[in-house]
Amino acid sequence: MGEDADTKNINNSFLPDYVTEADVISTVEFSHRGDLLATGDKGGRVSHEPDFDYLKSLEIEEKINKIRWIPQHNAARFLLSTNDKTIKLWKVPVLKPTDLMVEVSPRRIFANGHTYHVNSISVNSDCETYLSADDLRINLWHLDITDRCFNIVDIKPANMEDLTEVITAAEFHPQHCNLFIYSSSKGTLRLCDMRASALCDQHSKLFEEPEDPGNRSFFSEIVSSISDVRFSHSGRYLLTRDYLTVKVWDLNMERGPIETYQVHDYLRSKLCSLYENDCIFDKFECSWNGTDSVIMTGAYNNFFRMFDRETGRGVTLEAARETGKAHAVLRTRRVRAGGKRRKDQVTVDSLDFTKKILHMAWHPTDNIIAIAATNNLYIFQDKVSYDIQ
Amino acid sequence: MSEPTEGTKSIDETSTEEQQEMEDKVISPEKMEEAKLKARYPNLGAKPGGSDLLRKRLQKGQKYFDSGDYNMAKAKMKNKQLPAAMAEKTEITGDHIPTPNDLPQRKTSLVASKLAG
Repeated sequence: MGEDADTKNINNSFLPDYVTEADVISTVEFSHRGDLLATGDKGGRVSHEPDFDYLKSLEIEEKINKIRWIPQHNAARFLLSTNDKTIKLWKVPVLKPTDLMVEVSPRRIFANGHTYHVNSISVNSDCETYLSADDLRINLWHLDITDRCFNIVDIKPANMEDLTEVITAAEFHPQHCNLFIYSSSKGTLRLCDMRASALCDQHSKLFEEPEDPGNRSFFSEIVSSISDVRFSHSGRYLLTRDYLTVKVWDLNMERGPIETYQVHDYLRSKLCSLYENDCIFDKFECSWNGTDSVIMTGAYNNFFRMFDRETGRGVTLEAARETGKAHAVLRTRRVRAGGKRRKDQVTVDSLDFTKKILHMAWHPTDNIIAIAATNNLYIFQDKVSYDIQ
Repeated sequence: MSEPTEGTKSIDETSTEEQQEMEDKVISPEKMEEAKLKARYPNLGAKPGGSDLLRKRLQKGQKYFDSGDYNMAKAKMKNKQLPAAMAEKTEITGDHIPTPNDLPQRKTSLVASKLAG
């Protein structure tokens, strides 16, 4: 099957170019032009790395769940960040070449919009509004108005004992300002059209893969919970991550994904202990490359996976400092389910489940990726991009 | 380009129960893991994704994090042994030193209550 075989189509000569310490990083995002990288951490600090200069905001708060850049209009840069409860708009001043440290200043605070924990924010293509999603509700805000928002999705049941699913992620369509998608803990996706009605409790489209009843187990629903959903840059496809797979969906086909990739199938025989230690609830993100031809997601043991959509092949890489040379080429890794351990292979039993790659970002146009590994940020770029510099 | 889901196969419905059970064990690692879990926790409810689990997830408390405490403690306690992962999920304020490894995503109560069924 060649699942973990090297593939020429994915340029696997990634070079670790820059590593910085930033405590536990909880979100990473490139700006739309790709010239800035923002990271948020569990200490609530929002930092930026223009050309790899490390900046720190002075304000300390709780864990940042998501960062999203506002598409740029003028010289000034703005971004939105959210922790569990509050969304903030920050201004990133224009950097002078001599700047090593810049103060990021909070410009607006969008408070009291959510009773439950905010998991997503997404800026609309109209550049004026954005959505924020918590476990049960999705709100629509205007970037200039902080004291009110519109509720556009509410799945809270009248009786909480009837609760069967929660919202896990939400995102606006990259081109159509009236459309957004949200994912659930039951593995479904709902596409909503704000032009159809003010309250989008009724979906325009429901994407759900039919379950094989012969396969149903205690763990089925938990592992089907979608932890992240992303529109492709083209706006034609969706990428979802659940505990064991990443899936590509066609917006025109609701009955199931068009592609399914196994991220770490060897964990199927470990589900009992992963449930006991809560790892089964880990929320991994996923990412498209700039041309929507390669997808990426994280795993355990500081491994992350890339899949080439054209060949269907996957590769496993490790976010780690290569000892010795400053610019070393990342080797591909292999995980062995059982049997005799061979050189360069890692057995499932020796995987470190505390080393999880949950957060990552792919540069919008170039082959540069940012990987958050606990309290380290790794930036990798492919050899072609590096040589051009 | 779709890849087949590994570890699953269709079950021959005309098999005897015994043969089916054997096939389950051979074919489905998830079912084996489920049996393991139920053997350890006999009181486990049949429906894992039910409202109890979800409601506890919604109510999970905020961990109050003070970066001043954190940075001071980090400077003081460079050599301290990290507590076992998931062993103690007490409130992380003041003197208890939160480290990156013990800023968990879920409370102990969620683990205990979900296993209690």
